[in-house]
Amino acid sequence: MKTWIAFWAILAKDLRTYYLKPPNVSWGLLFPLAWTGMFFIRSGAGLESIPALLPGVMILSVLFGSTSLLAVTVTFEKKGRSFERLLLAPIPMEVLMLAKTAGAILFGVANAFVPVLLAVIMTDLADVNWGILIGAVLLTAISSTFLGLLIAVSASEVFEAQTFSNFFRFPMLFLCGLFFPVERLPIFLRPLSYLLPPTYGVNLLRASIYGPPYALTLILDFVVLALFGAVLFGLSLRIVRRKWIA
Amino acid sequence: MTADNQAAIEVHGLFKRFVEVQAVSGVDFDVRKGELFGFLGPNGAGKTTTINMLTGLVRPDTGTIRIGGIDCSHNPKAAQRLMGIVPDDSNLYPELTGFENLCFCGALYGLRKAVRQARARELLDTFSLVEAAGRKFGGYSKGMKRKLTIAAALIHDPEILFLDEPTTGIDVAAARQIRQLLAGLRGAGTTIFLTTHYIEEAERLCNRIAFIVSGRIVRTDPVTDLLRQTSGLHVMQITVSSRAPALCQALAGAFPRLKCAAVSDVQIRVEAAEPVRVGELVHFLEERGAEVTEARKIQPSLEEVFVRITGIEAAAMKREKEKAGGGS
Repeated sequence: MKTWIAFWAILAKDLRTYYLKPPNVSWGLLFPLAWTGMFFIRSGAGLESIPALLPGVMILSVLFGSTSLLAVTVTFEKKGRSFERLLLAPIPMEVLMLAKTAGAILFGVANAFVPVLLAVIMTDLADVNWGILIGAVLLTAISSTFLGLLIAVSASEVFEAQTFSNFFRFPMLFLCGLFFPVERLPIFLRPLSYLLPPTYGVNLLRASIYGPPYALTLILDFVVLALFGAVLFGLSLRIVRRKWIA
Repeated sequence: MTADNQAAIEVHGLFKRFVEVQAVSGVDFDVRKGELFGFLGPNGAGKTTTINMLTGLVRPDTGTIRIGGIDCSHNPKAAQRLMGIVPDDSNLYPELTGFENLCFCGALYGLRKAVRQARARELLDTFSLVEAAGRKFGGYSKGMKRKLTIAAALIHDPEILFLDEPTTGIDVAAARQIRQLLAGLRGAGTTIFLTTHYIEEAERLCNRIAFIVSGRIVRTDPVTDLLRQTSGLHVMQITVSSRAPALCQALAGAFPRLKCAAVSDVQIRVEAAEPVRVGELVHFLEERGAEVTEARKIQPSLEEVFVRITGIEAAAMKREKEKAGGGS
């Protein structure tokens, strides 16, 4: 119970001081809307094409939404020593890091649903499998948040964390099957695609939009995304324990 | 004094090395329940590294730490529940108000909303920060920041309070208030571990003191026992216009029963086991062309003991510390 009081306090503080600040809220709305608009204009098709655009813009929104503020909530607080206060508190490290990342996960999920809301207003989404869609968004947000966490705890400066985030984010977008199907990528790049969490998120979101028949690989996609999350979180904890408690 | 013989903190064989620096080398001590224990040493002596190991921010290479009977290497989080920690640099959240910072810190220790809010109001009142409660911590003065940081450490009413240089770099009034509060906490039975470079502060507040130099504890004793060493010691400080080291050498040659040391280029410190005849010394110095501007008797204090034991000039330590503006 006492641990959960601390968990909610950390999450509420981060939401209030970082994620719910007007610039971040407006960025969280504008960014997905801009991507949706760009993809829509680029497609040259009518409103009925919007569902087909959703997997791409949702993945982009999740990826950028969940990783953009971790350099501040983690690296900046570590640099400014306020993170020490959390390390000195009687909270298990796992709970502490989950509390510090829960805001990013929620922000990523909220960003992903901005284009969905737009699509609900403008077109018919009756055929969407919402179970798969929500699961895919949640697991993609978790795995990309923990990737952002791994970068944030590995960096000692905020600019390093931001640079490294972009170093991973942009190549991921091109290799995850969003712009080009993985099967059409050069053979030497394909193994790399399968090492990226968004590849599995894109698969799941496409399945949720295009509907049945669902392949068995969907289960595998969920499992791989969950594994990515667990491994990245474990690695981040290991770095914090070894580097930050010297 | 409420100190009893049960140990609140037990430290044995503590070693810590950072790459090429041996920060702490075989530190042993214990702090009794209700005691105010001072940890004194110059910059880089290993004070902050030791406090960081005790509080769980730094992992010792070897050695054992028990806090309230809990082995910190096995259960650091249970030990942290007993601690209130005031780091050398105020590390609260600049974007939160004073009241919000205290409530947040209370939540980290699992206090329910009503309890932490009531406790935060009580502490703001104790530390005379009620008027600043709604202002952001980032806009506080240095003294106010220190006071709120101490208040944050007390939010869960800890059994053991760790303070790393609590009065460094703050104004006299705030430092005085913090000392009064520490004396009050000691009176209420809180165990306090205090690192400081202000020897007079340690003398005034502490029950026992450990002197640490180059990562080793060179002496641990009750303040009363340490001060007993200076009884019968007569100390003079003579200020000249220049050439203090040369004049000091001449004095030592002419008065072998005196222990002379040049504190700076213009100050000579003279120690003796019997009263010093000032006129004789002044005459001697003036005969050698020195202009003596002041000669005063110094009441032997813990500072004298510190200088004798560590060989480090206390004033130099204080200057160095204030220049660095942080912990060791």
